[in-house]
Amino acid sequence: MNPAGVKEVKLPPIRNGTVIDHIECGQALNVMKILGVNENNIDSSISIGIHVPSGKGPGWKDIVKIEDRELDSKTVDKIALIAPDATIAIIRDYYVADKYSVRLDDHVVGMARCSNPNCITNKGEPVSPEFTVVGRRPPQLRCCYCNRMLTNISDNLL
Amino acid sequence: MDLYDKDVVSIRDFTKDQIESILDLSEKMVPYALGEKTDRMLDGRILGNLFFEPSTRTKLSFESAAYRLGCDVIDVSEMSMTSISKGETLADTIKMVDAYCDLIVLRHPYEGAARLAAKFSENPVINAGDGAGSHPTQTLLDLFTMREAKGTLDGLNIVLVGDLKYGRTVHSLADALTMFGAKLTLVAPESLQMPDDIVSDLVSKGCNPVKTDELEGVIDQADILYVTRIQKERFPDPAEYNKVAGTYRIDNTILREAKSDMIVMHPLPRVDEIAPEVDSTAHARYFRQAFNGVPVRMALLCSILGGELQ
Repeated sequence: MNPAGVKEVKLPPIRNGTVIDHIECGQALNVMKILGVNENNIDSSISIGIHVPSGKGPGWKDIVKIEDRELDSKTVDKIALIAPDATIAIIRDYYVADKYSVRLDDHVVGMARCSNPNCITNKGEPVSPEFTVVGRRPPQLRCCYCNRMLTNISDNLL
Repeated sequence: MDLYDKDVVSIRDFTKDQIESILDLSEKMVPYALGEKTDRMLDGRILGNLFFEPSTRTKLSFESAAYRLGCDVIDVSEMSMTSISKGETLADTIKMVDAYCDLIVLRHPYEGAARLAAKFSENPVINAGDGAGSHPTQTLLDLFTMREAKGTLDGLNIVLVGDLKYGRTVHSLADALTMFGAKLTLVAPESLQMPDDIVSDLVSKGCNPVKTDELEGVIDQADILYVTRIQKERFPDPAEYNKVAGTYRIDNTILREAKSDMIVMHPLPRVDEIAPEVDSTAHARYFRQAFNGVPVRMALLCSILGGELQ
């Protein structure tokens, strides 16, 4: 509530769909890239909050609300690569039907390409890029083939 | 250690004990590598040598190691004559060669190629260098040469000089030396210093390498001076190469500052990093180092293919 007692609604509630909350500041548009939505391929609304107060404590966060869509596990795993603290809430008829935190596995396969242009996985071979997770906050990934650290994860998402 | 039927892709795949065990067996292989003794323990076995990049020492020493143990070698000497030039994937090439031999030795310009080959090959794969990535057998022969000269690998003071950015041998070597508590000094111009991610990795393993661009002032403390060539082929810009080439030249003048038992190593080929006058001094160890590729690779072939010394 503000001093005048008026409730501020930063993002409108959704009836059915998914709320991706506690996204690391600055990553909301990259989450949109992972969701793969644009004005040509979706009929429902999307709300994006960038740099909104984190409700969990001091600091800021991004938030994405997408109507009429529930995310598959591969999409959620990709979000964990760029927003390791994100939470996913499934909304059905305005109520939270399910809520969980994203989880980054120890081993990541086929979700990002290696940032080393000379890595064999970037040379048309019949293999999926594979990484070992060596750090979690922020996520740090080491290529299982060329052994290099993956830089700019969001630019290399598949 | 049991290396039977195992791939050798990165020096990171080895423990300290495993490295020492390979070096012990390499020592026993020296008289066989010199032809003073013979043992055809790998008679009837076939090694497939696949070199997609030029190589002299590595290719020849693998061949020599195989022949000394009675193992036959098949290879492709001209890649432009193969299906690779027609666009065949490495995965397909490996599956095909795998059917013709018992062990594949691979050198390839792309990093991670050996890991990929190991995935597609039923038979074991030895990485003989993948781009600017790993070169584990070079590391093993470097360690063998150091131990042979100094009697131990523990706590040596080692100065690495030259191209520490693109030189794959120094990355694998520095990684392995951390297991033995080495004190590392990295001497290179800023543009060729060891990449930060590799240095961070060394630090996380308890090694705190000193970085400098001056060889004077650090050479006097060294037990081993490991020199590398500034590799022209790794520079996208020739002007950048010309700027740094010949920055560090080892000659008898600078060696006056070194300890009398300090040894000079170099993975070869050298261009002008080491003056020919050094060859005849007690410091020079690089030709012995090149020879050591044979007993070390014999030890690996023997272990992987299940041979036993009589």
